[in-house]
Amino acid sequence: MTEILLEVTDLKKHYPVRAGVLRRQVGTVHSVDGVSFSLGAGETLGLVGESGCGKSTVARSVLRLVEPTSGRIRLDGEDITHLSKAALRPHRRSMQIVFQDPFASLNPRMTAGDIVGEPLAVHGLASGKALEARVAKLFEQVGLRPDQMRNFPHQFSGGQRQRICIARALALGPRLIVCDEPVSALDVSIQAQVINLLIDLQRQHGFSYLFIAHDLAVVAHISHRVAVMYLGRIVEIAGKDELFRNPRHPYTQALLASVPVANPLAKKLAPLVDGDVPSPVNPPSGCAFHTRCRFAMDRCKTERPALLEAGDGHQVACLLNDGTGRSQLAPTT
Amino acid sequence: MAAIDFDVELRRAGAHATGGWRRVLFLAQRHVLGAAGLVIMAVFVFTAIFADFIARYDPLSIDSARALARPSMAHWMGTDSFGRDVFSRIIHGARISLAVGIGSTALGGTIGVIVGLTSGYLSGWVDLVFQRVSDILQALPLLVLALVMTAALGPSLPNVIIAIAIPLIPTVARVIRANTLALRELPFIEAAKSIGMSEVRIALRHVLPNTLAPLIVLATAQLGSTILTEASLSFLGLGIPEPYPSWGRMLSESAAEYVRTAPWLVIFPGIAISLAVFGANLFGDALRDILDPRQRG
Repeated sequence: MTEILLEVTDLKKHYPVRAGVLRRQVGTVHSVDGVSFSLGAGETLGLVGESGCGKSTVARSVLRLVEPTSGRIRLDGEDITHLSKAALRPHRRSMQIVFQDPFASLNPRMTAGDIVGEPLAVHGLASGKALEARVAKLFEQVGLRPDQMRNFPHQFSGGQRQRICIARALALGPRLIVCDEPVSALDVSIQAQVINLLIDLQRQHGFSYLFIAHDLAVVAHISHRVAVMYLGRIVEIAGKDELFRNPRHPYTQALLASVPVANPLAKKLAPLVDGDVPSPVNPPSGCAFHTRCRFAMDRCKTERPALLEAGDGHQVACLLNDGTGRSQLAPTT
Repeated sequence: MAAIDFDVELRRAGAHATGGWRRVLFLAQRHVLGAAGLVIMAVFVFTAIFADFIARYDPLSIDSARALARPSMAHWMGTDSFGRDVFSRIIHGARISLAVGIGSTALGGTIGVIVGLTSGYLSGWVDLVFQRVSDILQALPLLVLALVMTAALGPSLPNVIIAIAIPLIPTVARVIRANTLALRELPFIEAAKSIGMSEVRIALRHVLPNTLAPLIVLATAQLGSTILTEASLSFLGLGIPEPYPSWGRMLSESAAEYVRTAPWLVIFPGIAISLAVFGANLFGDALRDILDPRQRG
């Protein structure tokens, strides 16, 4: 087992819903509702799920860009959940983020070189010629020409901008990079380039990725392990191959069955799940998935299944797997 | 589009390499109207500074024998009811009108930016307090507020500038605050936070530059209205004390009484004000484009 870099325990983020003149709290959005996972050094954990399931909130909480309601985040063994801004500053060097929208994540009034060099300048790590040289090196690392440093973000294509974002994240030499859907705004051909760049950089530098996406093909390509989220909870975590070969949670099975196959003659599987994701304001009792699950039993409405070991580092939160360590469901693929 | 952009790009690279005057000339070629605005502004500033040498008569000397003379070779813009040379008064009036216009816009704009930025960026109760104070200030017309202010402070040039600047603050602060609120949700601000940048630095380096465009447009538009507010204040006896000339007072004093009999008393100060505002607007628009990397091609 590799050394654990990031450990998230029972992370919760609830947003109050306020209404009326007195701004009284009328409800709570359970954006993230008890998420636990760990991430080893040099490892990539893919985090997948439908829109609104709390993936991005997990990402932002890990970086303390949003304050978690409860839970614990440990980076390199140190609890960073309640550190003050000043105390957190040195840890910021260890963790960086790449966002989904490469158009909004770069300041339009700064040159690409200034954007990439800013983290170094802010932490006082380099200035003047030395800074310029380091920025040039970062540009080369992400496949951009150093003479493009003087250009402004609007002069780059979407893929190039995402490379600038990656260079900015690399600047401080982080140990963890959180990628919040880094390729979903890009063309498919560009997606592959950026993903391969991310993989190459990981091989060179050995940092870890928390990789958030809704595209299963992308996640399958880059991740070592994959976690599936549904309504603010992780329903299944397993090694990539294990998860795709042997999905145990009915939701994961439905998710995998919905991946389009590039063969028009392939027999279409009947959708395994229908309806919409319930509102996170009043999530269903018990297992959050019971309203859409094919195998729902009476127990599922009242008991919330815990994330339990099901062999081979495979963890599932489903009452069907409860305690047996063996799936009672036939795999669908 | 692509071909033009490429051409612009090449020329821009050349302009960067040479710098200095070549660069100013280069920008002037690209923004002809802006250059015209700059020239107009420069001429006014020049006349304001060298008014003593340019004016042909003492703007304050009264000569009743020459009262209300038509424009002629001797008096290019005629004389007023006291026989004072209108051309000389306009030249000297540039000092006061520009000082009031630029001074109060700069003062009100600067404080407005600080208030708007803090209010929008910090939000919470700070924002609430600033916004309610702005509501109160904006509920009163600009002139009434300025009137009360000068009445309280007493008529003098610095007091007039302060009195006109204060009602400007909420207008500027509102625009900056709205922009700040929109900007601070953008990922590049979050990226700056995740780098570990201080809030002040984020506000100054990432938020402020992106609110420049509306700020410049607002400031150049306000320049005209501040000159006119000064006119109204002077007309009511609370502006720049008599007998010093300001364009606004020259206009407002003569508008009702002499517009039919001696229209030059109204026309020339009116042209001076319009030209100054026009020049400022042209220059402001060009400045906004030049400072925006996206407009640079």
